[in-house]
Amino acid sequence: MTSTETQKAPASRPAGRRVQKLDERLAGYKGVWVFVEYERGHVHPVSWELLGEGRKLADALKVELAAVLLGPPDSAIRAFCDQAIHYGADLCYLACHPALKDYRNAPYTAILTELVNRYCPEILLLGATTLGRDLAGSVATTLKTGLTADCTGLAIDPENRGLAATRPTFGGSLLCTIVTLNYRPQMATIRPRVMVTPQADPARTGRVIDHPVTLVEESIVTKVLQFIPDDHVAEANLPFADIIVSGGRGMKRQENFRLIQDLARVLGAEVGASRPVIQAGWVGADRQVGQSGKTVRPRLYIAAGISGAVQHRVGMDKSDVIIAINEDANAPIFDFAHYGIVGNAMTILPALTQAFTEHLQARKQAC
Amino acid sequence: MHILVCIKQVPDSAQIRVHPVTNTIMRQGVPAIVNPYDLYALEEALRLKDRYRGRITALCMGPPQAEAALRKALAFGADEAILLTDRAFAGADTLATSYALSAAIRQVHQSLPVDLVFAGKQTIDGDTAQVGPGIATRLDMQLLTYVSKIVSLDLSAREIVVHRRSEGGVQVLKTRLPALITVLEGINDMRFASLTDVFRAERHKLTTWSKDDAHIEDVTKIGLKGSPTAVSKVFAPTSTNRRAEIIETQSGQPVDLAATLVAKIVSRHPDVALAINPSPVPDERPL
Amino acid sequence: MSEHFDAIVVGAGPAGNTAAYTMAKAGLKVLQIERGEYSGSKNVQGAILYSDALERVIPDFREDAPLERHIIEQRVWVLDDESYLGGTYRSADFSKPPHNRYTIIRSQFDRWFSQKVRDAGALVVCETTVLDLHMDGRQVVGVRTDRENGSVYADVVILADGVNSLLARKAGFHEELKPKDVGLAVKEIHFLPESTIEERFNVKGTEGVVIEMAGKITQGMVGTGFLYTNKESVTIGVGCLLSDFKKSGIAPYALLEQMKEHPAIKPLLAGGEMKEYTAHLIPEGGYNAIPAVYGDGWLIVGDAGMFVNAVHREGSNLAMTTGRIAAETVIDLKARDKPMTARNLAAYRAALDESFVMKDLKKYKDVPDIMDRNRQFFTAYPNLASQAAHTLLTVDGVDKKTKERAIRKTFTRARTTFGLFADAFKLWRAFE
Ligand SMILES: Cc1cc2nc3c(=O)[nH]c(=O)nc-3n(C[C@H](O)[C@H](O)[C@H](O)COP(=O)(O)OP(=O)(O)OC[C@H]3O[C@@H](n4cnc5c(N)ncnc54)[C@H](O)[C@@H]3O)c2cc1C
Ligand SMILES: Cc1cc2nc3c(=O)[nH]c(=O)nc-3n(C[C@H](O)[C@H](O)[C@H](O)COP(=O)(O)OP(=O)(O)OC[C@H]3O[C@@H](n4cnc5c(N)ncnc54)[C@H](O)[C@@H]3O)c2cc1C
Ligand SMILES: Nc1ncnc2c1ncn2[C@@H]1O[C@H](COP(=O)(O)O)[C@@H](O)[C@H]1O
Repeated sequence: MTSTETQKAPASRPAGRRVQKLDERLAGYKGVWVFVEYERGHVHPVSWELLGEGRKLADALKVELAAVLLGPPDSAIRAFCDQAIHYGADLCYLACHPALKDYRNAPYTAILTELVNRYCPEILLLGATTLGRDLAGSVATTLKTGLTADCTGLAIDPENRGLAATRPTFGGSLLCTIVTLNYRPQMATIRPRVMVTPQADPARTGRVIDHPVTLVEESIVTKVLQFIPDDHVAEANLPFADIIVSGGRGMKRQENFRLIQDLARVLGAEVGASRPVIQAGWVGADRQVGQSGKTVRPRLYIAAGISGAVQHRVGMDKSDVIIAINEDANAPIFDFAHYGIVGNAMTILPALTQAFTEHLQARKQAC
Repeated sequence: MHILVCIKQVPDSAQIRVHPVTNTIMRQGVPAIVNPYDLYALEEALRLKDRYRGRITALCMGPPQAEAALRKALAFGADEAILLTDRAFAGADTLATSYALSAAIRQVHQSLPVDLVFAGKQTIDGDTAQVGPGIATRLDMQLLTYVSKIVSLDLSAREIVVHRRSEGGVQVLKTRLPALITVLEGINDMRFASLTDVFRAERHKLTTWSKDDAHIEDVTKIGLKGSPTAVSKVFAPTSTNRRAEIIETQSGQPVDLAATLVAKIVSRHPDVALAINPSPVPDERPL
Repeated sequence: MSEHFDAIVVGAGPAGNTAAYTMAKAGLKVLQIERGEYSGSKNVQGAILYSDALERVIPDFREDAPLERHIIEQRVWVLDDESYLGGTYRSADFSKPPHNRYTIIRSQFDRWFSQKVRDAGALVVCETTVLDLHMDGRQVVGVRTDRENGSVYADVVILADGVNSLLARKAGFHEELKPKDVGLAVKEIHFLPESTIEERFNVKGTEGVVIEMAGKITQGMVGTGFLYTNKESVTIGVGCLLSDFKKSGIAPYALLEQMKEHPAIKPLLAGGEMKEYTAHLIPEGGYNAIPAVYGDGWLIVGDAGMFVNAVHREGSNLAMTTGRIAAETVIDLKARDKPMTARNLAAYRAALDESFVMKDLKKYKDVPDIMDRNRQFFTAYPNLASQAAHTLLTVDGVDKKTKERAIRKTFTRARTTFGLFADAFKLWRAFE
């Protein structure tokens, strides 16, 4: 008779009966690596965020922090090696080859695996981007090691020097901390915009280690025929907005989003939304905040008519200041917002727009 | 053409709760569903089958109840369904899961060569998006993740062209079969199964494989034993237990509430105030 | 589709599952159609399972059915704003197997039952809604579903589609439900650790407690509240007549919210996490509201036929019993190669009349009406009763006799003496 299937969470000791003692052969794995995601002349910002986090881990372990850059042999990529060092790396492994111009799974997996096998880092971090998750999945399988996906927190267990990676699971309703047992390196992909971008220090210096690459384009099966860039003008850039005004199902109708837009305009903010709003087609999918949408980290997040379901919350609760407007004083959003107004968004929003306008006018006059 | 689709049965994560006191996952009464992302994969496979003919085999690793997920796949149009179920698989992480699934796929391949493997972008319980890449790597197949469109398939040249979503744009990729494709959500709308289809699915005799049927000899590679990662702690995301400061005024009028709030923000969070930067040009982008 | 079945069962609640199981077990070719994702996915119930009705079809159900706790204690509370007056019956005898009543969680229980139906050989199809009945003249010959190629045929169709039987109404077998004949119940499940439940309710192992509540908690509406202990959760709910909800304008969830704040109830839920909130209709019209339950090629079972004993909060057992009797009627006709005409199916109603179902419903046939016309049961009396208890139990130097006289006075002031007697009489008559 099993009418209640509850899954016991193990107590906070590592992994129940399973030993975490490291083989001697694996004790030789040293150092923290961050894969720096370089594509078409740009580095994905998550890589810098990871260098900040990687620095902390390396310091805790008293080991070196290395950046790993793969790409075509152009001048930009060298400059990014320096930048990685400015962001905290002690050294940078650089692997350049024309075949690495565009990201493709097979050659990237081959080279990154080769680097790991040669230099043996104990921790390898990648951004949880489409590139990072594609690459990490293959590399971890090739290396036959553990990989923790889409993490939102990293720490070193002082007892055994292992990586404790925390990530949302079951759609964000739960968090779990995952450790890698007797395998190295310990790999993780980390969600963009969760870690803080560190301050770059242009005075920092470090080594750049060129890794020779032997690849033959002809033996790479997958070919990139074309790259169609997103039309950046039309895309909302929520993850990097300083201020976001979001509306939820409580806005009731598409027309009412005008009130959100009015406030956003006055604040120079981006417009965001909860999932039901996207599903109703009131705003485009690129504006969804939350577990299956964007993770955001603005200085100010205003949520109007959003209940604060956990799937929405995980995407925005790292915002510096959260203001919630909701009719229902018991809405869960008031459990983690900083400021709340209990009231009808249709009347509060215009009043806020007005109040901020007045503030800005006063500010202008003061200058 | 033979397409294999990996589908997983998952608890409806919207209905999962954590026990407030014991911090355990409460699965009580939580319905099990087909991982929604896998339905996009299945539909995409069905569309290829509609166009090019062939067979579709659905594969699922899970407990005996996961049969329901496979019956659904059969109703939608899969020709064959295999449930990979064995106590020895329990506790598998993504490395061990991809090991077991690829062993089963190899076995399927023996009797009818597999041209394409489809998987969902990710599951809603594990959310890892790692099993697809894991299988492709193990089977030495070309890996195409986050595919948003299948542009063309040339069965005689054994070539496929797809759109792959990447950061900041879309890659148009051409590769050779066999390939593994993980399908992006929203790329299609799932079809409906007719009553005849449902009858057929309900009456279909499922294939159930144990680890031995999948010719898995090395038990150290599957289940808990074959998993390099271990969950050390599960907890509810309630670490920030602040309660919002509720703005109240005597009048309770929106104007006063708004003014009070703005004054507080400006005085207490100067950096936020500074971030307010109305753009002089109106924002013309659509919502 | 040309496929033909001996019987089609619409709905996979307790009524439909019992009917389909019984017929399939007897070797009939049975199709069961359920609109939910699986059997039980949308079903709502308190829920108490009465063993007897299930035992008759699956004698060894205790071996693997998902049961929560067996009931060893029943409390009845009459509540006013601050206090309650009540009685408790607890007996160690209830702990001796086989147990008579269990708490269950319907989504799990129904799923278990549905597997039994499949194992018995019925074809069970979920996520499929029956939209219409196919008729040949007056004879029902099949159903049309919402799926493509969605028609399917059978000798007989058993409607087990629950309280709001759209099919019966569409086919004209049923009148529109009257708001005074249906209750609307809302219910929540709150998680509590097993140890907390054991302490709070003074139970151990799989023992459980039921609390039935009436009085001010329904704010003058005809209805009752309930609280059941499950293994790791507590179910709390309240139901009132739909017509009363309409009249009073009270929102059902607001009613439940207020009830949970009652000083006698709040501590029982403290520290729990609400897991599930559901609302459902309950047919409460009783005997007088039972429609025609059979005709040419069709039978109605369970809630769809208004088979609920609202006074004793019994429904699922009546559902199972009517489902079983309907199935037995069909099996018998089939065995004798008789057509499924109204004349032959009348045996169903005859067998029902002989069963506890009709006997019980007949006994309480006037209760709904009396409750409806005598609001004081739900307003004035709870107050008075608890005032009385309060007066009696407060030790303040006044002798008991004087107190009793005072109590009687307050009662009679609230209602004329005649009214008081009349009320007692009416109720007594109804329950007798
Ligand atoms: C796998 C999965 C992934 C998901 N991913 C996401 C995700 O990425 N992002 C996301 O947002 N959701 C996601 N969800 C959905 C999530 O669970 C919630 O359903 C959703 O966030 C609720 O949106 P809402 O707050 O706008 O709507 P509701 O929960 O309906 O809340 C509306 C709120 O508005 C208030 N309100 C109503 N009228 C007014 C008014 N006039 N003035 C002020 N307040 C008013 C109400 O009190 C209520 O609190 C996901 C769900 C699942 C299962
Ligand atoms: C809050 C509450 C508490 C209760 N407590 C108790 C209790 O403690 N003990 C007790 O014995 N009874 C109790 N009852 C009553 C009991 O739940 C019902 O009497 C019983 O569920 C009736 O069973 P049924 O099979 O007739 O209907 P249902 O259980 O309602 O099943 C009907 C099924 O038919 C399906 N269906 C409906 N229409 C269609 C269609 N067109 N096509 C396909 N499928 C369809 C539905 O999805 C559903 O699964 C309670 C009821 C409520 C609401
Ligand atoms: N147990 C399983 N059975 C079948 N397919 C699976 C299983 N686990 C994962 N998959 C497939 O791999 C994809 C990614 O899963 P995940 O890595 O768990 O997010 C899913 O969408 C499925 O297609």
